[in-house]
Amino acid sequence: MAYLFQQILNALQLGSIYALIALGYTMVYGIMTMINFAHGDIFMVGAFLCFVAATVLGLSFIPALLFSMLGCALLGVVIERLAYKPLREAPRVSAVITALGVGLMLEHLTLVFSPYPRHVPALWSSASWHVGGVTLSSLQVLIIVLSVLLMVFLDWLVRRTMLGLAIRAISWDRTVAAIMGVPVDAVISLTFAIGASLGGAAGFLYALAYPVIDPYMGVIVGWKAFIAAVVGGIGNIRGAMLGGFILGAVEILVAAFLPSTYRDLIAFALLFILLICKPYGILGQPRPQKV
Amino acid sequence: MNRHWTIGLLLLAGAALSWAIPRYELLNPYLQATLMYLGINIILATSLNLINGYLGEFSVGHAGFMAVGAYASAILTVMLLPVGAAAWRFPLAIMAGGCAAALTGLVVAIPAFRTRGDYLAIVTLAFAMIVKSALENINAVGGPRGLLGIEGLSTMPWIFAWTVLSVWVIRNFVYSNPGRGVLAIREDEVAAELMGVNTRRVKIRAFMIASFFAGVAGGLFAHLLQFISPRIFDITKTTDILVMVYLGGVGSIGGSIVGASMFTVLQECLRPLGVWRMVIMPLLLVLLMLFRPRGIMGLRDFPWFRPSVECPQRPPETHPS
Repeated sequence: MAYLFQQILNALQLGSIYALIALGYTMVYGIMTMINFAHGDIFMVGAFLCFVAATVLGLSFIPALLFSMLGCALLGVVIERLAYKPLREAPRVSAVITALGVGLMLEHLTLVFSPYPRHVPALWSSASWHVGGVTLSSLQVLIIVLSVLLMVFLDWLVRRTMLGLAIRAISWDRTVAAIMGVPVDAVISLTFAIGASLGGAAGFLYALAYPVIDPYMGVIVGWKAFIAAVVGGIGNIRGAMLGGFILGAVEILVAAFLPSTYRDLIAFALLFILLICKPYGILGQPRPQKV
Repeated sequence: MNRHWTIGLLLLAGAALSWAIPRYELLNPYLQATLMYLGINIILATSLNLINGYLGEFSVGHAGFMAVGAYASAILTVMLLPVGAAAWRFPLAIMAGGCAAALTGLVVAIPAFRTRGDYLAIVTLAFAMIVKSALENINAVGGPRGLLGIEGLSTMPWIFAWTVLSVWVIRNFVYSNPGRGVLAIREDEVAAELMGVNTRRVKIRAFMIASFFAGVAGGLFAHLLQFISPRIFDITKTTDILVMVYLGGVGSIGGSIVGASMFTVLQECLRPLGVWRMVIMPLLLVLLMLFRPRGIMGLRDFPWFRPSVECPQRPPETHPS
């Protein structure tokens, strides 16, 4: 029983990181119907910024987190302005391929500057408590609480503020939103900034939880988070959070009760089956085909 | 008629060269190997173009089909078929690899085509990851260490023959009656269905043809590199093939050939740059997409890939999605 609780805790930790990344995918998809395949690598940059903040700059926890988030936000905006904005009217696939290219570039630029895996020093002196056989580390609690706070904040932002209204208006119909006076370019850039900063936060937390980082870490984690976003129903913010937690739970529970090499196999097979049963994700709405 | 003669002569010259180059060492082994990888890349790009370019779907599972073909054919030659036996052993193994991949393609296509677009992307992606981690868990084929001791059966004439065959089959499929159905689905699926295209069957057929040739390419690849491991067929491989297709131009057989050639040649030419090569390649891709979003050929094709009597094509500007 204690073992199960322990695993649920681990699942929450991994799931909250997936959920944070999935939010970036789903926000960009919601506003531009574009899969931003570079997002997994923005997550990786977030982890490396954490490393830079901890070693080169010697920052403490909160400034380092802000450094990662702001750095990634800036990167997200730059990528959007330089690479995606010119392609808004092009076929959607061109933007997707550009995103793949940008992602590869980020990976290999990081590889140029850091050819070896890096070890991130502990920014958070982690204490652990034992509650009825379950080991609870303060880092775990921190990761879960911080991600949930960020998600609640984002949900509030999208549902209750003018900026959120503008985001939803653009995802509803970009042209009409522009006619109604929504500053489309600025809002899209801001959406990228928010999504990328969440990815940066995820990278930061990931680097603290699993402290060996390398330039390719964003590939698999990023694709998995994308799958989480799709499982929840892409374009749907609450769906992305749900999908992230489901994916984390499936992975951890498979690894806990079966040989761990089966983790990816079973996780992906389950997702495959889920998508066949619910092709638009759990919370997604099927879009009717117009004639 | 004249055109057919030229093509026939060119193919004959190519076949003769592919036999003569290794026989008389006209090129150094490095260039020979590059040429052979080029052939495999052409097969991969052309077959992916059938799904992503002509059918207008977005599949990211091509490396998965390639892996199925590679493992199936390598298992045949390493474990099942007698060593050094008759000449039919290698083509049989490659055919078997292709068929295995096509069957897997069928298994993926039936559920996958219930949805469209981004969801198809995710189903194929999940499929590729399932293949990779399944192979990592099967110890009989070496698990994560990979399969060793594959004979180097992929010779230049074989690769030339398979490349020509796959380009020929895919080109003829695209310009056949069901191929027109494929194009109709790309332009407007609902309209295609209303006009009597059996969209489901046409899609599955196109998908199976594409995965067959991905499997063939995988088999050739396995017998050229003489070593395969699940890691080779990960998402990076799919990205490479996607880059070739979109570099050359979607919906264009000539484009796939140009894209695969440019990709292979550039990759070799930029090798002295070391790690920077891997930065420059994607940068080139991004620049290309920004200034020529449809790739180099972009829905056009070399005249010799077109049938003599040409149906009027819609101008590229009106292409949706």
